[in-house]
Amino acid sequence: MTRKRRRLYFVLAGMAILGVAAALVLTSFQDSLVFFRSPSDLAEKPIPVGRNFRLGGLVEDGSVEKDGVIYQFRVTDLVETVPVTFKGLLPDLFREGQGVVAEGHFNDKGVFIASNVLAKHDENYMPPEVAESLKKAGQWMPEAKN
Amino acid sequence: MVAEIGQFVLILALVTACFQGVLPLIGAARGNAPLMHFADNAAFVQFVAISGAFACLTIGYVTSDFSILNVASNSHSLKPMLYKVSGVWGNHEGSLLLWGWILALFGFAVALFGRNLPDSLKARVLAIQGLIGVGFLMFVLFTSNPFERLDPAPLDGSGLNPLLQDPGLAFHPPFLYLGYVGLSVTFSFAIAALIEGRVDPAWARWVRPWTLAAWGFLTIGIALGSWWAYYELGWGGWWFWDPVENASFMPWLAATALLHSAIVVEKRDALKNWTILLAIIAFSFSLLGTFLVRSGVLTSVHAFASDPARGVFILIFLIVVIGGSLLLYGIRAPMMKGGGLFAPISREGALVLNNLLLSTAAATVLLGTLYPIFLDAFTGAKVSVGPPYFVSTFLPLVVPLIIAMAFGPFLPWKRGDLTGVLTRLKFALAAALLFAGVVWWWQSNAPVMALVGMGLFAWLLVGTILEWAERIKLFRGPLTSSWKRLVQLPRSSHGMTMAHIGIALVVLGITASEAWQTEHLGVMKPGEQISVGGYDFQFEGAENVAGPNYEALRGTFIASTGGGKGILMYPEQRRYTNPPMETTEAAIRPMLTADLYVVIGDADGKGGYATRIYHKPFISWIWIGAFVMFAGGALSLSDRRLRLGAPKRARSPGAKEKALTGAKG
Amino acid sequence: MRLRFLAPVLTFAAIAAIMWYALFNLNPKEIPSEMISKPLPEFDLAAVPDYGPALATADLASGKITLLNVFASWCVACLAEHPFFMDLKRQNLVDIYGLNYKDTPDAAAQWLSRHGNPYMRTGMDIKGRVGIDLGVYGVPETFVISADGKILDKIIGPVSKDIFDTRIRPFLQGTGS
Repeated sequence: MTRKRRRLYFVLAGMAILGVAAALVLTSFQDSLVFFRSPSDLAEKPIPVGRNFRLGGLVEDGSVEKDGVIYQFRVTDLVETVPVTFKGLLPDLFREGQGVVAEGHFNDKGVFIASNVLAKHDENYMPPEVAESLKKAGQWMPEAKN
Repeated sequence: MVAEIGQFVLILALVTACFQGVLPLIGAARGNAPLMHFADNAAFVQFVAISGAFACLTIGYVTSDFSILNVASNSHSLKPMLYKVSGVWGNHEGSLLLWGWILALFGFAVALFGRNLPDSLKARVLAIQGLIGVGFLMFVLFTSNPFERLDPAPLDGSGLNPLLQDPGLAFHPPFLYLGYVGLSVTFSFAIAALIEGRVDPAWARWVRPWTLAAWGFLTIGIALGSWWAYYELGWGGWWFWDPVENASFMPWLAATALLHSAIVVEKRDALKNWTILLAIIAFSFSLLGTFLVRSGVLTSVHAFASDPARGVFILIFLIVVIGGSLLLYGIRAPMMKGGGLFAPISREGALVLNNLLLSTAAATVLLGTLYPIFLDAFTGAKVSVGPPYFVSTFLPLVVPLIIAMAFGPFLPWKRGDLTGVLTRLKFALAAALLFAGVVWWWQSNAPVMALVGMGLFAWLLVGTILEWAERIKLFRGPLTSSWKRLVQLPRSSHGMTMAHIGIALVVLGITASEAWQTEHLGVMKPGEQISVGGYDFQFEGAENVAGPNYEALRGTFIASTGGGKGILMYPEQRRYTNPPMETTEAAIRPMLTADLYVVIGDADGKGGYATRIYHKPFISWIWIGAFVMFAGGALSLSDRRLRLGAPKRARSPGAKEKALTGAKG
Repeated sequence: MRLRFLAPVLTFAAIAAIMWYALFNLNPKEIPSEMISKPLPEFDLAAVPDYGPALATADLASGKITLLNVFASWCVACLAEHPFFMDLKRQNLVDIYGLNYKDTPDAAAQWLSRHGNPYMRTGMDIKGRVGIDLGVYGVPETFVISADGKILDKIIGPVSKDIFDTRIRPFLQGTGS
């Protein structure tokens, strides 16, 4: 085996692995990117039933209902509101009036079925996506009120 | 007073680091011995100074001196002593001080243990360490000063996030930082080699212990972090592919690759440029990790301090360090010819495969971690890249890696014989098939990946043990001669065997716990009993109890298998007062065959409590495996050859290497 | 073949450029107020019910450096900064005055009862008149007010501990510009 040919083998092996990796990356990006949407975004551009995404906003005051380990509440950005159902134990810092990010999908009745409600580590922490989308909605508010 | 002393010694350390970063480089270029030796002293002074600063901050915490802003915002007089001490590095400023202290510690260690290094190389390595120190100390002093005063001092501090008040997390950052920062030494060696324009087997041998140490600490650090997530976050997961976790995982992947490629440099004098590049990349990942965590560019469940101003500083620092070193690499590396090519089927061929797979895996993790930033920057869309992405890209790369892991050690250097290896591995193959078969027979509805995982576990475990048995010629002669070989073989080779077995155990733990976990979620009333994973869980009731700085709702469960005595379990839901916060304390019973995991939630108002019970088979083996890997690294590090007898560099280097100007013989 | 060796640094340059962009553009930019170092506009506002006393321009020339925080019950970012203001009040570091912006008395009172009241005085700017005079165009905003009632600085967005340390504390220590 000549030097050149040996080198070629290694280059080919490397290319093959990189190629496989690139293919894996591209295919899995297609179905594992999870988009973030606020209730207002959803009113503007609905998301198909069954498609996984993250919903963020505030837990609406007085909206939390509990039946055993099944929770129902509404997520709002103070403009639009989305009903959510979650089965499980809610994270420690889940509160009415506080920011929340839930991952899941819509069922055919327009209820968001959360598979996961994200925990926060800190009471003062507002998920940045939520803060941003709420700010958009919030700055829009005063005009709506006047 | 203590704060002012701390501030002063920190400035002293910065000044020392400036000199350490410049003078030895000049000395090495001019062949001036006193200037080169200055590096040793400077490294010592810098270490003592930062130790002093660290001690000052610790005193501030232990004595609850709330006139120091950092102490007031992160500590509280009622906090248990352990967490007062761990509180020192449980916050942004303190953790950076810890970073700087470990950096100085490693610099000092190089000065201390590097007696057999050539003067010029040692001077350059220490100078690079000094320059990194300059950057970090400036960062600490100008953007994150831990000694800032608070006037007037509050009566009490605002406390440490209760989630961080935990023994696992108390020791997680120090280990992780020992790993991150340990890679700085390898980095400095790589830069020094680029400046000198030579890399040879002796260089690889000098670098190896540092890489090994950093790798071992990273392994333990990551394991502690995932263990903390497992029992403290209360949702039973142990790895979330969260940006912060990835930030520690990428340097680990790079360090693992580096560890293996350095062997090729050492034994075969090949793969030099690649090894240098890996050393730079590994440390770059460490810095990138710091950037991602500290700047708030990526949001994460772990982020506990973030600030764009600091982000700017870190990013400039990153550009200077990583960009500068990669540029130096681009200029100098083409001049470093060396080493031959080799046959694809050989030990070095297998190590190249290992490197290709590991670095590709690191690249896919990097891409998945940074992609949300890219998309946000270009389109403004907010996305998160979920675990499915990492699982579906990472696993296909890891499976061939594990298959090759059993192969590689069998192959001789230079030229191997695949069929010969295959015949010797036939037991491992048989074991893998048999084991997967037994599992399938026992759990016929098991997912395919579970069978693959169990097969890989058996393959790697048996293959590794076979190779070890062959090395000591077990059963090929009298046991006494095998024993002799066992003792005489270098410890580093036993270390390798151990580390590979550790990986096999991790594979077992991950596969079994993912595939056969059972869980129950529901409301339980006192006296109710539920069966999960072959255990009967009896809920006895719940009561309110008081802890040192919290109140808790504590449930009592008895888990039993029908026969023997029951296992008492007490999950809690705690309410801390300073700062006010609730945490879930899962009750976990770790056993070799499975973990029992019980969480108690809110009362439903009708006498019942929301509960979640998991049965997680073999999950402990993930951490046992990680510890075995660490122990393998430690065993290898204790090898005599690495510690003392590091050989003198060959007097007359190869003609090719001499071609480079400035190469010193 | 030299290019091969430069590939890593070029790749890194691309990543660094994107990160640089991300760092600056994904964080809100600072917009300096034209009002800085000018005296406060004249106003005399009623307090949020039960959360008095009321707030007028004269109250802000208090003889020491104070903060004027513009807040509203409908503003979420205000919620994010609120615990920190409660902390400031507890530590008694600086007096904070609350300007309730485009809100209803009931909602504001309810919000303060729920999240705590960090303010020495409160004033309701229901129509947003004072806000216009002050140059407020988003909530929350926080003004640093000098001892003689002049605007020293304005912070847009939620005040965090870090922002307090870098932007407000220097004024309190008399080292601010």
